[in-house]
Amino acid sequence: MGSAFIPIMIDAFSVGGLYALTALGIGLIFSVMRLANFAHAEFVTVPAYALFVLSDHPVVVSISAAVLVAVVLALVTERAAFRPLRGIDPATMLIASFAVSMFIQRLLVFAFDSRIKPVNPLAVLDGSVALFGAQVNLLKLTTVITCLVLLIALTVFLKYTRFGLEMRAAAEDFTMSRLLGVRANRVIATAFVLSALLAAVVAVLFSAQTGFVHPRFGLQIVIIAFVATVIGGLGNLLGAAVGGFLVGVVSTLLQALLPPDLRPFREAFVFLLVILVLLFRPQGLFPARGLKERI
Amino acid sequence: MELEASGVTVRFGGIRAVEDVSLRLAEGEIVGLIGPNGAGKTTLVNVLSGFQRPRTGQIRVGGENARGWSAHAFARRGVVRTFQAVRLFSGLTVAENVETALLSTGVGRAAARTRARDILGYLHLAERADMGASALSYGDERRVGIARALAMEPKFLLLDEPAAGLNIGEAEELGKTIAGIRDDFGCGTLVIEHNMALVTNLCERLHVLATGRTLAEGTPAEVMSNPAFKDAYLGAAA
Repeated sequence: MGSAFIPIMIDAFSVGGLYALTALGIGLIFSVMRLANFAHAEFVTVPAYALFVLSDHPVVVSISAAVLVAVVLALVTERAAFRPLRGIDPATMLIASFAVSMFIQRLLVFAFDSRIKPVNPLAVLDGSVALFGAQVNLLKLTTVITCLVLLIALTVFLKYTRFGLEMRAAAEDFTMSRLLGVRANRVIATAFVLSALLAAVVAVLFSAQTGFVHPRFGLQIVIIAFVATVIGGLGNLLGAAVGGFLVGVVSTLLQALLPPDLRPFREAFVFLLVILVLLFRPQGLFPARGLKERI
Repeated sequence: MELEASGVTVRFGGIRAVEDVSLRLAEGEIVGLIGPNGAGKTTLVNVLSGFQRPRTGQIRVGGENARGWSAHAFARRGVVRTFQAVRLFSGLTVAENVETALLSTGVGRAAARTRARDILGYLHLAERADMGASALSYGDERRVGIARALAMEPKFLLLDEPAAGLNIGEAEELGKTIAGIRDDFGCGTLVIEHNMALVTNLCERLHVLATGRTLAEGTPAEVMSNPAFKDAYLGAAA
């Protein structure tokens, strides 16, 4: 068991970490503007295509380009699609984000067709290393470490920088924060940039794990991440991260521990747990402050 | 420099909340805005701070017509208010609440941190600086609200029932704090208050509203001896 345990846990946390980063990307934007941004899927898919397009270039170039593309895409969608809708009913914003998501997805089909494209941005990490006497996949270990580093970096940013403080104030009471001089445009743009950075990292790590990209590449991970944010408590960043890890770890462990006959139904068990959590904690595990009243 | 409302009328549906009220607040003076519940005091403060557009009449800030300004435009020009429900950021520490407001004055995070300690110290809240804002007592919560307003470097400070819910000793203490703020920061202060003892001691002038109209104005002594005031306000309270 001992030597099997460590790889399974690394496996579980590498999946959970990607869900957590994605859930955080969604949560950052939701917390400041109450937009459940479905187009986050494309914030993941588009940089993954950048990796494909630039796959002949050095890794540093293709990854930097992927990050840049994600940030530009996020800022453009914010400016063109979401800013005019600011302050409007959250349900309308959600539908608008569906429209943005579909639009970009169709553009990708138009430009690249809908077949899968091979990517391998982190070929250097093929292989495994020994960790506590167990052989651990290097890419998965890197994924876990990257996720933890980013979580710490995000925490430090939110806690100790002026933009972080402004974001936390705006997340709790947007109107009051504006009265105190927090600039709405800047704080929302910051949220989109951070969200895009996280999405780009997810794109690199996830495409390295799967080895290919297609127009619905981001969607598969974003749907699960949405579930994770709801479990964690919409609008609460800690909740989003915990929810992401929880969903990832539970589904990986189910895959490893369920009797082989039941493994194809793994998702059913995951969503059964989701339903149970929401039955007993409809606000999620960590309900957000300041979600009730927005006057 | 003055904050000035002239001929302000506000209606909600068919109800006149404020009717043809004019009020001036100069820098360095403390004016009390009093009147029974429903007299339109908070509505008038909402108009003076850009939260409510008047149906007729106008607001001037330092002579500049404030037509069309948003509430944060008022705040940027030095018209800063507090709320009855203080509305602190409960997930932030006390110091962070003040720092958020300080950032708007153009200082960096490090400078804001130092300055927040100064302001909290000034309001005898230094020991509360690192507490979560949700853990504060009622009285402290109100003082943090004032600290946060002070951080905005107000020229005009509008305090909406700052002593509500405080006991007599705490209210007296708050009165001293408000007088001290005027002396040290020179801002014009408008205080909505029910506590007559506090208001008469603190304010140079009083402005009395009843059912949306100006009932009386003048020094506390003048207002107290005004028959209309005695009849409507003290009569209703007795």
